[in-house]
Amino acid sequence: MRHVIGWLLLTPAAILLIAFTYWPIGATVADSLFSRGNPIRPSRFIGLENYALMADDPIFWQVLWNNALFALGTIPASIALALMMALMVNRALPGRALARMAFFTPTILPMIAVANIWLFFYTPDIGLIDQIAGLIGLPGHNWLGDPDTVLGAIIVMTVWKEAGFFMIFYLAALQTIPPELWEAARLEGAARWTYFRRILFPLLMPTTLFVLINAILNSFKLVDHLFILTKGGPDNASNLLLYYIFETAFSFFDTTYAATLTVVLLLVLAVLSLVQYVVLDKRIHYR
Amino acid sequence: MSPRGALETGATWLLALLWISPLLYALWAAFHPAAFAVTFDPFAPLTLENFGEALARAPFPRYMLNTFILVTMLLAAQFVLCTLAAYAFARYRFKGADIAFALVLVQLMIAPEILIVENYATLAHLGLVDTILGIGLPYMASAFGIFLLRQAFKSTPKELEEAARLEGCSTLGVLWRVYVPLARPTYLAYGLVSVSHHWNTFLWPLVVTNSVETRPLTVGLGVFGAPESGVDWSVVSAATLLSVAPLMLAFLLFQRQFVQSFMRAGIR
Repeated sequence: MRHVIGWLLLTPAAILLIAFTYWPIGATVADSLFSRGNPIRPSRFIGLENYALMADDPIFWQVLWNNALFALGTIPASIALALMMALMVNRALPGRALARMAFFTPTILPMIAVANIWLFFYTPDIGLIDQIAGLIGLPGHNWLGDPDTVLGAIIVMTVWKEAGFFMIFYLAALQTIPPELWEAARLEGAARWTYFRRILFPLLMPTTLFVLINAILNSFKLVDHLFILTKGGPDNASNLLLYYIFETAFSFFDTTYAATLTVVLLLVLAVLSLVQYVVLDKRIHYR
Repeated sequence: MSPRGALETGATWLLALLWISPLLYALWAAFHPAAFAVTFDPFAPLTLENFGEALARAPFPRYMLNTFILVTMLLAAQFVLCTLAAYAFARYRFKGADIAFALVLVQLMIAPEILIVENYATLAHLGLVDTILGIGLPYMASAFGIFLLRQAFKSTPKELEEAARLEGCSTLGVLWRVYVPLARPTYLAYGLVSVSHHWNTFLWPLVVTNSVETRPLTVGLGVFGAPESGVDWSVVSAATLLSVAPLMLAFLLFQRQFVQSFMRAGIR
């Protein structure tokens, strides 16, 4: 009886999960083994040919490399800032609520709105950054149009958006650390930096790992800003994997190659979840 | 306050000011004529013209209605589906429950927007392309909601259920009268996270929609703000603020609940 009721309760959710998560995962893998069809030549089974194509596709490698750089640029910076912010507003200070709000607000804005605001900062010559640079006599620069600076510009913006989100996890963790620890360390003559490095930081490690995994996931899932800022350009210098998948499927209409690229993204996510499962205690990541 | 404390306070204020300045700047640009977009003259005249211009150029009230319909419909469906599934996982040790739960958790990692190609094909089969229902459907069975509610239901004392059974409550009666009311804080937390997440998503709605009647705010703003549209900066700022205003106001009013919900939720 309980088996029947259990499954009945689960059925509505299960149908949707199958339709929009499990089935498409399977279909993606299957599609990646077929050729791109057209009205004259229908799609046919080609084995791993799409993967061979992908291995020879310089854009694929560039996009993957960009994703790695994007992750490397955003994650350590936003985690360090998040921790600093949390330490700053965890003590008594006038205007504490305001400071917390200032740090957290970018988090609840849609990435599209953030990109809209930052687009103007980066606009060559008339944009805010170049205007300010002009005041001290620096020449204007096309931040988003130069392959050397475009990824950096996007990284700065993303750090601005994400640091406040990670801050709240550090704040929550800091509040569970007994103040006696600092008292004791002070009695032992420990400097504040030593206390941070030897006691506080290790105690915050579970939070850091939790935030780290989430930050890596975000760096693969978040591509909204590219639609406004760069469209992946110039010359794919800011293109990321999910955006390339979108382009391949909906601009170049090559759904089987898009499926092949999606398989790579799924593999990345699978490895990350495995790491999360093995490295992190369940209690930590599903608190 | 010690000199060191004062220094730290100053540094905190400075960083906070730096952090909020892009938003303050957007406010400045939106409420001043275009000529003052980069001239910070404290006596610059205030104006609402940019908002008027934005509203004249794109149907933002309609977009807002679409977003509102989307998040409400989605949240209602999520509450029902996730409640039923979470109850099954929390209280019925049915055969295959562990495997089924592990499978549900897969969706935490692989959100439907990762699978845009196949999910778009599915929607096309169902004839739901360019509908608000189509944007919401893949997210209705939310692994995250099931997970949170399961936790809440598990912490509900079993004795309460037994008492309700003795009073003659059915399975759904127990769920509705005992479990749901006691999990109210979890529903609030999940609701805030879900609404703010789906208010802000862009990629999937962009793929699904192609008309004014279905487009949510984010997509409307994306179309509006694209650099090639040639709209001037102050108007884009006004449009951006219009799009984020409802969620922003809700956040400012219920800041504590928002932050606590995000903290509880962990994963957006």
